[in-house]
Amino acid sequence: MRRDPNVLLIGEDIGQYGGAFGVTRGLIDEFGPERVVNTPISEGGFTGMAVGAALTGLRPVVEYMFMDFITLALDQIVNHAAKFRAVYGEQAQVPIVFRAAGGAGRSYGATHSQMFEGWFMHVPGLKVVAPSTAEDAKGLLISAIRDDGPVLFVEHKDLYKVRMPLPETSAPIPLGTARVVREGGDVSILTYSKMVHTAAIAAAELAKEGISAEVIDLRTLRPLDTDAIAASVQKTGRALVVTEAMGHAGPATEIAATVMDVAFDYLNAPIVRLTPPDCAIPFSPTLEQKIIPSVQEIVTAARNMM
Amino acid sequence: MTRSVPRPLDTPVAQLRAMQLIRSFEMRVDALFAAGELRGTSHLAVGEEATAVGVCAALTPDDYLTSTHRGHGHFLARGGDPRRIMAELFGKVTGYAEGRGGTQHMADYSLGFLGMNGITAGMMAIATGAAFSARYRKSGQVAAAFFGDGASNQGTFHEALNLAAIWALPVVFVCENNLYAMSSPACAMLHIANIADRAAAYGIPGVVVDGNDVTAVHDAMAAAAARARRGDGPTLLEAKTYRVLGHSRGDLCVYRTRDEEAAWRETDPVAGYAATLLADGTLDAAAWVALQEDVTREVADAEAFARASALPEAMVV
Repeated sequence: MRRDPNVLLIGEDIGQYGGAFGVTRGLIDEFGPERVVNTPISEGGFTGMAVGAALTGLRPVVEYMFMDFITLALDQIVNHAAKFRAVYGEQAQVPIVFRAAGGAGRSYGATHSQMFEGWFMHVPGLKVVAPSTAEDAKGLLISAIRDDGPVLFVEHKDLYKVRMPLPETSAPIPLGTARVVREGGDVSILTYSKMVHTAAIAAAELAKEGISAEVIDLRTLRPLDTDAIAASVQKTGRALVVTEAMGHAGPATEIAATVMDVAFDYLNAPIVRLTPPDCAIPFSPTLEQKIIPSVQEIVTAARNMM
Repeated sequence: MTRSVPRPLDTPVAQLRAMQLIRSFEMRVDALFAAGELRGTSHLAVGEEATAVGVCAALTPDDYLTSTHRGHGHFLARGGDPRRIMAELFGKVTGYAEGRGGTQHMADYSLGFLGMNGITAGMMAIATGAAFSARYRKSGQVAAAFFGDGASNQGTFHEALNLAAIWALPVVFVCENNLYAMSSPACAMLHIANIADRAAAYGIPGVVVDGNDVTAVHDAMAAAAARARRGDGPTLLEAKTYRVLGHSRGDLCVYRTRDEEAAWRETDPVAGYAATLLADGTLDAAAWVALQEDVTREVADAEAFARASALPEAMVV
């Protein structure tokens, strides 16, 4: 925002309150209410407004307090932001970032906990990013803001409270590039967002059993880094896909299909998808924890693939 | 993309010519669909010419405009090239969207024409955003958003009006109340007489105008645009008009009577304005005939251009 006066924030309670999770805390003091715009509860309206602002020279960053609320802005994101350049041509640039706080783990219940990135992976014209670390969040958000097209930026609300190192540099991380979290030779665990941390712990557990798991943080879901998926799975011969999003017609399905496209001949075992069961996300902490893929489930799934 | 300039609409004859161009263009498109020469669908603006021209006549060249699914008239009034619009309808590479958009998806940003769109009411929020951007950049621009009576029942209508109102954004919401949302009469889908009355809920002015009177539309729009430009915020302007043809290609209008249609034809905005200009001496009969012939030639030229243009080959993503 210091670098480009056309970058501004739009969302509910992002001003003095600092956003439901404190992400924008203090920004209104530095940039004022003109650039940190508190909106009414009007996800469709303010999303459309932000898209119109993006078309006419600004670079809005829109916040959805909970990713669940993005359902109210689907028209503006899918029918408008994602399609304008396709139908109106190069003249219609939509440089906009849709930041959404997704994910379960805090017992917020069925309408405050969902991961909807799979829906947006389905839409031509959108990019979908879901970082797992503070460093990636910074570098990817910089790239997303500087991108001339619409980017959905999925933040896992359970990661807000985790302290992680953050480099001073403002180097952008290119969208569409995965990161090798841990190298291994027996199985590739393909994942993103909070599940990266769960998978990393599982990989350490697996190492004690003599199973060498490689953990790939995909970081961007559209476009998928197919080269990184190919390199890893061609090396290990096994692919375990782990997501917090629902499995049925979800991101794990697309990732698994990509593995089939780029590494089928190298597979030594069927691809395994580890996702929550098909259900509304339950409230009770014990129930909620039960549906989110766990370290133990990842360890077991990987072991069974050997 | 070549740069275009908005159509000059600063004289009565220029406004009449623009209205006649829309009428002639739309009637030709209707005939081409009937003959099976055009594919897909079309939503034609016959009978609503005065609203499009009156609104555009009150805008400055730098202002923004958003359109609807029924957008040929808006685009022609603003200065869209009939050749490239017709080429788009034919799905040709010389069309505004190079064949990717079709009847509902054309735009020309050098005209401030941000686009037609097939989602009812969607562009109202986009225009609100253009107004937000204009205010943010202190550019002095105003945005106008066309929409219909049907759109006024969408949540986006209400959200856009509220956002524009609370921040006093320079936007004018122009409702073309043509009495029908596809087959549904406005009187059955709205529990109020005037859509403009909804402005009161947002604390902004609501103005009703005869949408078939180009001068009345122009004057109301000019006042609303001046108010917006002064920083006094949005206006909801309702232009009462009539969709003379069906909703889209293939609509037999079984939901309304031929008597009702005949009554509205009596208020034809184009013939009515021509009669006014003939009566007050602005235009003589020979000049009116010449104008109509000139417009007919322009539409024929657009069609010839479209027919002679190439079909797109590869999809450029």
